[in-house]
Amino acid sequence: MRIAVALALIVLGSVVFHLLSPWWWTPIASNWSYIDDTILITFWITGVVFAAVVLFMAYCVFRFRHREGSRAAYQPESTRLEWWLSIGTGVGVAAMLAPGLFVWHQFVTVPKDATTVEVVGQQWQWSYRLPGADGRLGASDVAYVSPDNPLGLDPKDPHGQDDVIIQGDQLHLQLGKPVKILLRSLDVVHDFYVPEFRAKMDMIPGSVTYYWFTPTRAGTFEALCAELCGVGHSHMRGSVVVELESDHQTWLLLQKTFAQLRAPVRADAGN
Amino acid sequence: MTDETSNVVQSLSVAEVADVELYHPKSWITKYVFSQDAKIIAIQYSITALSIGLVALVMSWLMRLQLGFPGLLSFIDADRYYQIMTMHGMIMVIYLLTALFLGGFGNYLIPLMLGARDMVFPYVNMLSFWVYLLAVLVLVASFFVPGGPTGAGWTLYPPQAILATTPGKEWGIIVMLVSLMLFIIGFTMGGLNYVVTVLQGRTRGMTLLRMPLTVWGIFTATVLALLAFPALFVGCVMMLLDRVIGTSFFMPAIVSMGEQLPYKGGSPILFQHLFWFFGHPEVYIVALPAFGIISDLISTHARKNIFGYRMMVWALVAIGALSFVVWAHHMYVSGMHPAFGFFFATTTLIIAIPTAIKVYNWVLTLWRGDIHLTVPMLFALAFIVTFVNGGLTGLFLGNVVVDVPLSDTMFVVAHFHMVMGIAPIFAIFGAIYHWYPKVTGRLLSDTLGKLHFWVTFLGAYAIFFPLHYIGLMGVPRRYYEMGEMAFVPPSTVTLNAFITIVALIVGAAQLMFVFNLVWSLRRGRPAGGNPWGATTLEWQTPQTPPGHGNWGKTLPVVYRWAYDYSVPGAAQDFLPQNQPPVPRTA
Repeated sequence: MRIAVALALIVLGSVVFHLLSPWWWTPIASNWSYIDDTILITFWITGVVFAAVVLFMAYCVFRFRHREGSRAAYQPESTRLEWWLSIGTGVGVAAMLAPGLFVWHQFVTVPKDATTVEVVGQQWQWSYRLPGADGRLGASDVAYVSPDNPLGLDPKDPHGQDDVIIQGDQLHLQLGKPVKILLRSLDVVHDFYVPEFRAKMDMIPGSVTYYWFTPTRAGTFEALCAELCGVGHSHMRGSVVVELESDHQTWLLLQKTFAQLRAPVRADAGN
Repeated sequence: MTDETSNVVQSLSVAEVADVELYHPKSWITKYVFSQDAKIIAIQYSITALSIGLVALVMSWLMRLQLGFPGLLSFIDADRYYQIMTMHGMIMVIYLLTALFLGGFGNYLIPLMLGARDMVFPYVNMLSFWVYLLAVLVLVASFFVPGGPTGAGWTLYPPQAILATTPGKEWGIIVMLVSLMLFIIGFTMGGLNYVVTVLQGRTRGMTLLRMPLTVWGIFTATVLALLAFPALFVGCVMMLLDRVIGTSFFMPAIVSMGEQLPYKGGSPILFQHLFWFFGHPEVYIVALPAFGIISDLISTHARKNIFGYRMMVWALVAIGALSFVVWAHHMYVSGMHPAFGFFFATTTLIIAIPTAIKVYNWVLTLWRGDIHLTVPMLFALAFIVTFVNGGLTGLFLGNVVVDVPLSDTMFVVAHFHMVMGIAPIFAIFGAIYHWYPKVTGRLLSDTLGKLHFWVTFLGAYAIFFPLHYIGLMGVPRRYYEMGEMAFVPPSTVTLNAFITIVALIVGAAQLMFVFNLVWSLRRGRPAGGNPWGATTLEWQTPQTPPGHGNWGKTLPVVYRWAYDYSVPGAAQDFLPQNQPPVPRTA
């Protein structure tokens, strides 16, 4: 009896918590509102199923609880009912899967006009690389990593000389411009994650992974590491500034290129 | 469900089966320590699993204290936190849940429910336990080796698992891998036994489609485990080689802390595929026995046949088969080829259909039942609530694009604790309250049981339901401390403290359960042979607890399915499986 009330209260409490709690997703700052929509569809469908199943249980426990002399019905199966329930479930699943796959297709299809930015992870900091005037990132390999070449760019590749390298500072992105984030790790698996952008992907040492999005809201956003990467994992933070094109150009001009960063080293070597 | 065979059974005579093949212990040691009796082995498995589980429970307290009140316990630094987190996860999934469901319940229930005298290979069965115990001891040893246990997370992802920046890299990771390999060896010996016993050891009349769903669940899970664990074994061997002799199976060229390491050309993502090829079936290795047990608890305590038995069996088999083609849904954001997402999202969501059928059939079994709200029944109801909740959040994470923002957040932690932590543990509690009287001859205290139930059920829900929302905000999992996160409102600190307090209370309630187990051994109410009025064979043994060889001189003969409850016209509201049908008056 008490359990019937408890079951009903669990449904009620869950719904009230869902509607009233101050804990909800961050205001979105990218084009992936479709992902949020798919989550909402899923919340609705699963919420209705959860409430229906648990309330049905509560009713059964209340209505068919043992009383003196009561006896259960004998009904081994009902093929018809089971088929209808299976078909209904199939429809509900399709209603979640179809939009999910549709949006996934967009998520993995990078628009042709996307700019490229590389995020490099290493324990426990983020570095960034933007293509220079030639619009291309130079080749890289961990074998080239050294104190004066922290991101391991190929010193002989001409495309890499004008690459803008940002270490220990914020990444700036242009508002409204699609960006393909290339992800590279020097040591272990990391994951560059900005909750407001909704997108994330692991970066795996030995290969380059990617995702894309369009920043849709100006501001400064916190970047976190989302894949356990050793004892400093929770301290691996960064931040991303989304700004107008003019501000972005101003910022870009102040940054140093790979060639500029290496110049003093060469000068020392020359002496 | 007896009519179709009643003509045939008339010709069956009760067979006298000699028990000459059984091993008869000659001393106390061979009877209770190096025992070959599946019932004793079951108890050994259960006590070992529950004991190491208690260690993991204490670890969850420590973790929650750090998350709810950061810095309160000064000895929990980041190293210790990750070590505790790793050991908690590994112990709970492998050394508690897998061992208890298969080694514990499997050993006790398979022979008894099938009318067998014992497992078919008793000696190997005994070895299985002792190798498992060795695996547990090796695991425990990792707390005492230099550098302590590994803090690589229970998924042990390389390269970090074997690098210097992860705690336990000296010995912890080696000991962990060796322990896992031992566990798999031990399990394989037991697992072969369970499968062969189900296929070959059933008594007369016990057709496959008359087996109780508990046996179906354990049987299917064991087949899964025999196919899935080898992938983990291979992964462990390769990682051990990478760590010890410097091979590069999973290790690409790496610069760690400014130093070029000698590794080259390995693939970290290959390990993830091997791990999850095991890891996803592992979820069902834990869930399927729980499914079976819950079916039997609900049917028995609602005095009604399980609804749609055949569909329940096919759903178990379908879930088992599908569980081998969904593993990469744990890897949607791993950087694998994006096209995989379409395939694995589809297979993952399809698995929801047979799973939903099981849920429907449980609740439809309650419909027009005669529901006795015993402690096992209460836990069965709580199982359905938490399993449905956790199963439904699985539809978020299984749907590839929805997983992208939620993956690696506290949402995932909440989801898997609900669906493969809390729900299976509730099945275990229900099962222990249900079968304890058969194992010991005494009932567990009902008062303590109900108190245990209410605190655990409401508390566990209060812990894990709000946690989903912390994850939805974007708080990552496996963070030693949240620190300052610009997007997290200050109220989250309060919520985290609340969750921690509830977790401490729920944990304390488990000590009450342990007390009940010990206290009732001597002081519990005598149960008699069949306190719940159940139909299955284990309740029809000539002695309680069942003696050596289970059945005395003659093996039981089975005439009906396991669910003849409240059959119209029958005098009692249950007909045991070995009760012959009334001869037809032609």
